[in-house]
Amino acid sequence: MGEAIVITSGKGGVGKTTTSANIGTALALQGKKVCLVDTDIGLRNLDVVMGLENRIIYDLVDVVEGRCKIHQALVKDKRFEDLLYLLPAAQTVDKSAVKPEQMHKLINELKQDYDYIIIDCPAGIEQGFQNAIAGADRAIVVTTPEVSAVRDADRIIGLLEKTKTVESPKLVINRIRNHMMKSGDMLDVDEITTHLSIELIGIVADDEEVIKASNHGEPIALNPNSKASIAYRNIARRILGESIPLQPLEDKNKSVFGKIKQFFGVR
Amino acid sequence: MKKRQNVTIKGTKDGIVLHLDDSCSYEELKKELDEKLSANQTNEGERHLTPVKVDVGNRYLNDAQREEIKNLIRQKKNLVVDDIESNVVTRAEVDKLKAENEVVTVSRIIRSGQVLEVPGDLLLIGDVNPGGTVIAGGNIFIMGSLKGIAHAGVFGNDQAVITASSMQPAQLRIHDCLNRAPDKAQNAEKREMECAYIDDNHQIIVDRLQVLINLRPNLNRFEGGH
Repeated sequence: MGEAIVITSGKGGVGKTTTSANIGTALALQGKKVCLVDTDIGLRNLDVVMGLENRIIYDLVDVVEGRCKIHQALVKDKRFEDLLYLLPAAQTVDKSAVKPEQMHKLINELKQDYDYIIIDCPAGIEQGFQNAIAGADRAIVVTTPEVSAVRDADRIIGLLEKTKTVESPKLVINRIRNHMMKSGDMLDVDEITTHLSIELIGIVADDEEVIKASNHGEPIALNPNSKASIAYRNIARRILGESIPLQPLEDKNKSVFGKIKQFFGVR
Repeated sequence: MKKRQNVTIKGTKDGIVLHLDDSCSYEELKKELDEKLSANQTNEGERHLTPVKVDVGNRYLNDAQREEIKNLIRQKKNLVVDDIESNVVTRAEVDKLKAENEVVTVSRIIRSGQVLEVPGDLLLIGDVNPGGTVIAGGNIFIMGSLKGIAHAGVFGNDQAVITASSMQPAQLRIHDCLNRAPDKAQNAEKREMECAYIDDNHQIIVDRLQVLINLRPNLNRFEGGH
C-alpha cells in the first residue's frame, strides 16, 4: 500500500508543478514506483514539464467518469523502467468536473500499485484544492521567500490542519536567492520556518537551469550536476525517511581545490 | 392585620427598597404593590424622582414581568426603578455568565484566514499569524506573537486588555476602539511583553506589560494568600 503526497502552496507560480515533477522523478531515481497525478484540471502542465504531453490519450476526468480504465490513462515515462507514471489532468473541462469523493477513490486505487502518489495541486483554495487533498496522506507546502507566498502558505497550512486525514504538512522553500537573503531583502529560511512553524523538508535555490530543463520537458532532478537537482533528490530521500542535513546556500566554492572537487563531481 | 404583608417598603440611605415577598402568587403581588403604592402617594408636590430598588427574594422574574413591575412602579409619579434584585437566575444565564468569566486556553497557531472567538478571556498558547483573528468577550493573553488582529471586549467591555509576548499586530481592537500598525514599520524595534488597553481619552495605548498591575487591578483573580 503506497502513500499519497499532495504538493500544494495556495499561491500560484511558486513552483508546485516543478516540485511535483522533480520529487516524483527523484523518488523514481531511488527505485520507488511513483505515479504523478495532475489535479490542475483545465490548466494542466505537469505533462509539459515532464515532457509527456504528446503521449496523452486519456485523462483524469475520463477515468473518473468511467470512459477508460486507470492503466489506460497512465502515461509511462520512458526514461525509467516501469517506475514513473503520470495521470494527466483534463484540459477541456474545469475543476468542478471532479468531486473529492471520486478523487479519494481514485487515489486509493492507485495506492494499491504504487509506492508514492504525488498529487500536483492547483493554486487557490477552492474545489481544485479540495479535490487534490481528498486522497492525500501527507502534504508538502511549497513557498518562496516572499511575504505574499508565505501568507498564502499559512492559510493553506491552516486548511490542511483542519483536514484530519492529512498528516501535519512539511515545508519546501523554493527559489531562494542567497544574495538577497543575506542582504535582508528576502525573508530568510529561519524566519519563514519559525513563522509557519511546520517542519522544513527542503530548500531549493533559484536556478536558471530549472527553467531550462522544464522547457525541454526534462525534470532537473535527472541532471546530477545541478544544485537544484541535488536539493530535490535530498527532499525525496527525506520523504523516504533518511535524515540529510540541509544543503549550504553559499555559492559554489571558487577556490582551486573547490574547482578540482567540482571537476571530479565531489560535493 | 389579616395576613402577612407581601410588599414591604423600607427607606435606606440610598433610597427606597421595596421588598416583594416570594411565596405569594405573582398576580397577588402585583395587586398589592399597586394598592400599596397608590396609598402611599403622600408627597405629591415634590417633582424630585426617588430611585427605588426592588428586592424580589427567591422569585424568578422573566423579562416581561420585570418590565411590568418597573412600569407599575414608574406610574407612581416620583418613583423610578433603579434595579431589580433577585436571588434566582436561570441556568442559561449562569452558563452565559460563566462563559464570559472563564479563561479559555487554546493551544494552536491561528493562521491566515482563521478566526478564533471565545465569550470570555482567551489564553492563547501559540501565535496569531498575519491574516488571523482572535476575538474575545474579555481579555486576550497571547503567549506567542501577535501579528494578526486581536479584538478584546467585543461585547462592550472597554476595560478589556490585550497582551502578547511579541506585539506586532496588524490591528488592535478593544470594544469599539481601533488601532492599526503604522504603515512603515519601526525598524527592528523589539516589541516584547507588551499590553494594549483603552486610556481615559478612549484611545488604545500600547505599553509595557507591567503597567496593567496598576491600571487594571481587577485582573487579579487570586484571593487570599499572603
